[in-house]
Amino acid sequence: MMSASLSTVSYIGATILFILSLGGLSSPESSRRGNLYGMIGMTLAVLATVFGPRVSMAGLPWIMAAMVVGGSVGLMAARMVKMTQMPELVALMHSLVGLAACLVGFANYIDPAAATHLTSAEKAIHEIEIYVGILIGAITFSGSLIAFGKLSAKIGGKPLLLPGRHFMNLAGLLVVIYFGGVFLHAESVSAGMVALTVMTVIALLFGIHMVMAIGGADMPVVISMLNSYSGWAAAATGFMLNNDLLIVTGALVGSSGAILSYIMCRAMNRNFISVIAGGFGTGSGKKPATSGDAQPAGEVVPISAVETAELLREAKSVIIVPGYGMAVAQAQHTVYEITSFLREKGVTVRFGIHPVAGRMPGHMNVLLAEAKVPYDIVMEMDEINEDFPDTDVAMVIGANDIVNPAAQEDPGSPIAGMPVLEVWKAKTSIMMKRSMATGYAGIDNPLFYKENNRMLFGDAKKMLEEVFVALKS
Amino acid sequence: MLIGIPAETAAGEKRVATVPDVVEKLIKLGFQVSVQSGGGNGANFSDDTYRAAGAGIIEGADKLWAASDIVFKVTVPTSAEVELMREGGTLIGFIWPAQNPELMKQLAAKKATVLAIDALPRMLSRAQKMDALTSQAGVAGYRAVIEAANVFGRFFNGQITAAGKVPPARVFIAGAGVAGLAAIGTAAGLGAIVRANDTRAEVADQVKSLGGEFVKVEYEEEGGGGGGYAKVMSEGFQQAQREMYAKQAREVDIIITTALIPGKPAPRLITAEMVQSMKPGSVIVDMAAERGGNCELTEPGQVVVKHGVTIVGYTDLNSRLARQSSTLYSTNLFRLTEELCKTKDGIINVNMEDDAIRGLTVIKDGEITWPAPPPKLPAAATKPVVAKPVTPTPAHGEPSAPMSGTKLAVFFGIGAALFWLIGAYAPAAFLGHFTVFVLACFVGYMVVWNVTPALHTPLMSVTNAISSIIAIGALVQIAPPLSLLGSVMDRPDGWIRGLAMLGIALTAINMFGGFAVTQRMLAMFRK
Repeated sequence: MMSASLSTVSYIGATILFILSLGGLSSPESSRRGNLYGMIGMTLAVLATVFGPRVSMAGLPWIMAAMVVGGSVGLMAARMVKMTQMPELVALMHSLVGLAACLVGFANYIDPAAATHLTSAEKAIHEIEIYVGILIGAITFSGSLIAFGKLSAKIGGKPLLLPGRHFMNLAGLLVVIYFGGVFLHAESVSAGMVALTVMTVIALLFGIHMVMAIGGADMPVVISMLNSYSGWAAAATGFMLNNDLLIVTGALVGSSGAILSYIMCRAMNRNFISVIAGGFGTGSGKKPATSGDAQPAGEVVPISAVETAELLREAKSVIIVPGYGMAVAQAQHTVYEITSFLREKGVTVRFGIHPVAGRMPGHMNVLLAEAKVPYDIVMEMDEINEDFPDTDVAMVIGANDIVNPAAQEDPGSPIAGMPVLEVWKAKTSIMMKRSMATGYAGIDNPLFYKENNRMLFGDAKKMLEEVFVALKS
Repeated sequence: MLIGIPAETAAGEKRVATVPDVVEKLIKLGFQVSVQSGGGNGANFSDDTYRAAGAGIIEGADKLWAASDIVFKVTVPTSAEVELMREGGTLIGFIWPAQNPELMKQLAAKKATVLAIDALPRMLSRAQKMDALTSQAGVAGYRAVIEAANVFGRFFNGQITAAGKVPPARVFIAGAGVAGLAAIGTAAGLGAIVRANDTRAEVADQVKSLGGEFVKVEYEEEGGGGGGYAKVMSEGFQQAQREMYAKQAREVDIIITTALIPGKPAPRLITAEMVQSMKPGSVIVDMAAERGGNCELTEPGQVVVKHGVTIVGYTDLNSRLARQSSTLYSTNLFRLTEELCKTKDGIINVNMEDDAIRGLTVIKDGEITWPAPPPKLPAAATKPVVAKPVTPTPAHGEPSAPMSGTKLAVFFGIGAALFWLIGAYAPAAFLGHFTVFVLACFVGYMVVWNVTPALHTPLMSVTNAISSIIAIGALVQIAPPLSLLGSVMDRPDGWIRGLAMLGIALTAINMFGGFAVTQRMLAMFRK
């Protein structure tokens, strides 16, 4: 058995390791070591707790059993998951953290030992901590489950907009605050339990409602926000248990998620509140006000896979801009084959990644990494945007809004001011798309009508395979 | 319907209206294609290659014209050719209706339908794929540079060799239309220093994009004359322009002139004095030779040496690159045919409602329909949309612009009020944790901004794994030692243990799964 001090020191060690772990992600080289630090930190924290002064040996079998069951499920999931399904997996895991926070909160509340030696002020604070911890946990849980459903297409991606949804949310908040008061003044545990349960149900409904109202392409924001919530839930639990390790870790995760949400919002030039409030571009049922020339003049010029291959073969430099369509079509491996073929022929091939391409932050990078595309040719938008004028072919695979010139050219466009990849500045741009349909933002893309743009219609994977065959022949 | 391709009859003309590749495409549209025997010889397409592409070969122009429902031609037909034409047939090619009124009458008498590729409304962006003037001018511009290189006594590109330093050739291109731009690109590609001028100031960017330097005339006047052509400029402007040309003539080695004004003789840009002022061995290629020439000393169709300067006045630059010209021209005609035959059944429909086709059609069923009314253009095309200055977003990791003073004050005010509230009411134990929390938020903020965007997904999965630290909460609940429980008697052990076990199991999924999947992802990132 460890002494209390030894266990506290181990916690400090774990805290440092967690910070190092996040710090390691600053570059791919150091990232693997970073993950290792995280694992060591976690092992240290769990061992220090299990063998620390607050757990008796009687609990060991239970702990072992729960760990083995949970751990094997987790490892299995980690091995089975496809890289295109990462957003779903991450969403599901967020929900688990939320649920665990709820469970710990409830267990803490019904545990009379938890609050025996507290003064009345401390007790009040402790109860607020329980209340808030469960509240955040429940929102995280149900919100993440819905996000999971949307990402895995079990639930439609369209935003569900109930009439008066903002008022419903407001009413929910008031009820939660009211029951918070009831909960604080509850005479007995069972009386407090009622208030706690009502609040939990409302929090669950709120989580569902919030994420239902947000559309598919805003998922990067939602998923980072839920990431943030799961951190705050852990921090709230830490306050409840007077445990600094939990507080620090929760704060780290919480701020990480918050920063990611901020980056994602900025990449769409949208306000965080407006994303969370949901229903982009469809809010009031009328078309967003656009200036008179919103309908782009010009003609769409289709191109065949063979002609695409010719363009690629004759190009000196190519930039590929992947989007969610590449993930849906599972086309990343074919993209890699084409890339390595062209690179062998001496063509400079690079990738331009928009921050919100895909369904979670960094989604495209992971897919390309899975397909063995070397990360040093995968560029961020800011790094590569200036290079388009010197590029022969810019190939857009399953992306739309992130390459829409209207963001820069049409001040009346709903996406005006959103930073976009300037593919139209390349000598030729090739847009691979299944149809002429609009992107998530629901607005026409003037790129289709640009003189130097060609459209390659069809499923991304199928078309790319044809391009590859044509390239080799 | 049968499309006939006669051999071109104009002297020196080597182009052909349709090449074998396009024959295949036309057949796919449902047409039959016949080629006059030997029609492709000038452009190096033999009868056999046409046959292989599915075309029929017909001996003699008379039979071909008689058999064809539609005739594709390059140059303006002669009256002898029109005589051969079938009554009510269709003719597609260069016509120049303004310059050839007699021909128009003759064609109308034949009850013909005539589409003049030169009458295409060029400002319709939809029409660009059919724009034969552009495709032919591009070829000619390229060839002009090649002709200049042929007679020029030096390298185009500057070199430093063991045998001494070679200065790069200086090329001046007058007129940055399609031909001029093609010439700029070609000359720059060969390594020359290229300057260009055009009365339309808006082409400056195009000149730069091709590697040329735009030389401005120091005089304020707008020179766009509509339809992609320049207009005649005022006297003051012309004076300033002459000075500029004179200066360029003294400095450069090669001048290529491409200036044309529709329906008028070519403007005189290079005077005899300017030629005289050029260095010996210099070259002028006058692409406007056919219309009188931009240079006073040009002799159309000839190469002459005047004052030590070689002046190339070829009028057949396209025929000197016949294969390329033919390929592009026939693609233009094919695109037009596609527009005429949207049903892909081999029957053409001259739809006069269509802006592009209306413009092209100069005679419809024997009725002269030229000139066409100006096409209805979207208002946007005349006025460029003024792009709103988009504030650049700061790059990743860079601090964004500092907040305004008032905003910052409000921000700090709210923060201070919150802290005061907490300080006034919260017990000391809470404050300790609160300190840790706030500092941890800041540490998190600093650390996470350093994460490269490429690793955002691993960041999320690793933070996920780390947030399973919540397991500690469940761990301390599952079986606390009796000493901690103290006097508490009625602890619902079963419930708590159940909840805690479930909590541990759930977080264990995250703990192991999260780290494992992060490891899996990170292992994939490679150089």
